Amino acid sequence: MNTLLVLPVAIPLITATIALLFRNHASLQRWVGVLGMVVLLGSVMVLFRDVYVDGIQVLQLGDWEAPFGITLVADMLSMLMLGISAIMGLVIAVYSLYDIDKERERFGYYPLLHVLLMGVNGSFLTGDIFNLYVWFEVMLIASFILLALGNSKNQLQGALKYVVINLFSSLIFLFGVAMLYGMTGTLNMADLAVRLPEVENVGLVTTVAMIFMLSFGIKAAIFPLFFWLPASYHTPPVAISAVFGGLLTKVGVYALIRVFTLLFTQDIGYTHDILLWVAGFTMVTGVLGAASHYEFRKILSFHIVSQIGYMIMGLAFNTALGLMGAIFYVLHNILAKSNLFLISGISQRLLGTFELKQMGGLYRHYPFLAVLFLVSAFALAGFPPLSGFWAKLSLVKAGLSIEMYLITAVAILVGLLTLFSMIKIWMTAFWGTVPEEGVPEHFGKMPLFGAGSLYIMVLPVMAVAGLILLVGLYAQPLLEVCLMAAEQLLDPNVYIEAVMGPQ
Amino acid sequence: MDTILPILAGAIFATGIYLLLRRSLILTIIGIILISNSVNLALFSLGRLNIENPPLIAAGSVVPEAPFANPLPQALILTAIVIGFGLLAFALALAYRSYKELGTVDQDSMLEDPEDTSAAIVNESENREEKEG
Repeated sequence: MNTLLVLPVAIPLITATIALLFRNHASLQRWVGVLGMVVLLGSVMVLFRDVYVDGIQVLQLGDWEAPFGITLVADMLSMLMLGISAIMGLVIAVYSLYDIDKERERFGYYPLLHVLLMGVNGSFLTGDIFNLYVWFEVMLIASFILLALGNSKNQLQGALKYVVINLFSSLIFLFGVAMLYGMTGTLNMADLAVRLPEVENVGLVTTVAMIFMLSFGIKAAIFPLFFWLPASYHTPPVAISAVFGGLLTKVGVYALIRVFTLLFTQDIGYTHDILLWVAGFTMVTGVLGAASHYEFRKILSFHIVSQIGYMIMGLAFNTALGLMGAIFYVLHNILAKSNLFLISGISQRLLGTFELKQMGGLYRHYPFLAVLFLVSAFALAGFPPLSGFWAKLSLVKAGLSIEMYLITAVAILVGLLTLFSMIKIWMTAFWGTVPEEGVPEHFGKMPLFGAGSLYIMVLPVMAVAGLILLVGLYAQPLLEVCLMAAEQLLDPNVYIEAVMGPQ
Repeated sequence: MDTILPILAGAIFATGIYLLLRRSLILTIIGIILISNSVNLALFSLGRLNIENPPLIAAGSVVPEAPFANPLPQALILTAIVIGFGLLAFALALAYRSYKELGTVDQDSMLEDPEDTSAAIVNESENREEKEG
């Protein structure tokens, strides 16, 4: 029992409530928003230590014994995801101080951001499949409002697609939960892991597995279920795009990793084969979609899809090395991808547009911003010594060690095509000449730091770029922790015993 | 009941899918409502139906006397209904707002407007003045 486990859920809730009370004091609300993220990050660090030293931590809410009550479980995977979500929460909250306009703040931007994080953290921590559905809905309703906040025409259209497809996916998820309950009579994930192998009708279990794959696949934006993502993620303000692009799809990936390592391991030849094919197609279609677009954030949105493919590939390998690569990839990708979104926001502030054809001259006038972009973009493409290199290397190694040559070749090729898109942005927005018309007056004159500059937006970007460099240059500790998480996933008995007590 | 309810749930689900695929936004949302109800029905019937005793514990004993009706699926459905209600209320408000802004509920004629960048691009000087002033 570790009561600290409620903190990652309780702190965002308390912060959101306090921030709501200050809705008429904009500046106070902003600082409550940032402070809440700092406290959250601190609590996650304390928990991380507990899990690292003492193994999986469990809390039975209301002291109801498993499997009767709701259980919160923190294993290494949960902690890594919680850690990265707390870091990104802090980064986004600081960036939003400048990026989010007064109108959105008045309509509750900061409380919503915290409610969103509460849903995300709850999904990472829960050990009950119905409770996971509830956390998904908490996350969804906050994301719906954040996406539509501001009511511009494009935002409304993007939000409509996002809302309809996500409601549908949640309902399929709920149906899958109902099937599981009908078959086993339990909702606790550890208990399910014990009882599912006892179900005689293996075909039915596999059917339910596919229902879950469909539902989480929509949320994670895998092929062929990703079309809603590039249609909606580029419409809201950049800070919101960044938190969506970085975190939300990864919650879907987390759910896929969780259920396909803990629950549905009866017919691996079937389910994980499908995952492998899906991974390959996701990588290729995403990167080709990115190659055909000329809007900064649309390119990034398609790359989200393409990168999801790598994570699913690691999951489909179902080996310790593959899962380690997948988890490391998730962490690295959240950093690199969110940072690119944040940089696109700064570029837009300077040049007044997201259209690559109307951008240029950033390298000449803002070389430091160009360096920050290069670090993130090269990390995304997988250049040594940045974080993406180790992520791709471990996945490629995992693929070669179990002789999956074709998918490994696809992964490497897609890495090259990623570089192509990044170079496309670099050649136009950074190296290109300054466009002759339509450039705002302050371009070239406004410094990145000092009074009247964008420094509030640049500082978080610098911090994340620093983290990418740190993870790249000193990857070993993080790789070891990821391997620990992967080994816990591959041995469900550890999880089951932590929740249900010795069997 | 054990055979009627699943068939009914399936029929409602199919109707919902048909409506979901229509061009009109209103029909799409009604489709979601139908699917939501059919999933609740499925949840209800998958929890095993029986018309035995209510799940009440008699005075003096610790567990209810079997066979009794399973209360858990009903608790789950109640939760799902409340959540679904909230989300659908939001979806309807969003649809109404889009109709006001875009002047149509036909999803095929909702195309992205490249001129509309108001969401992302805030007037730089104005924003700063507002925040600092």
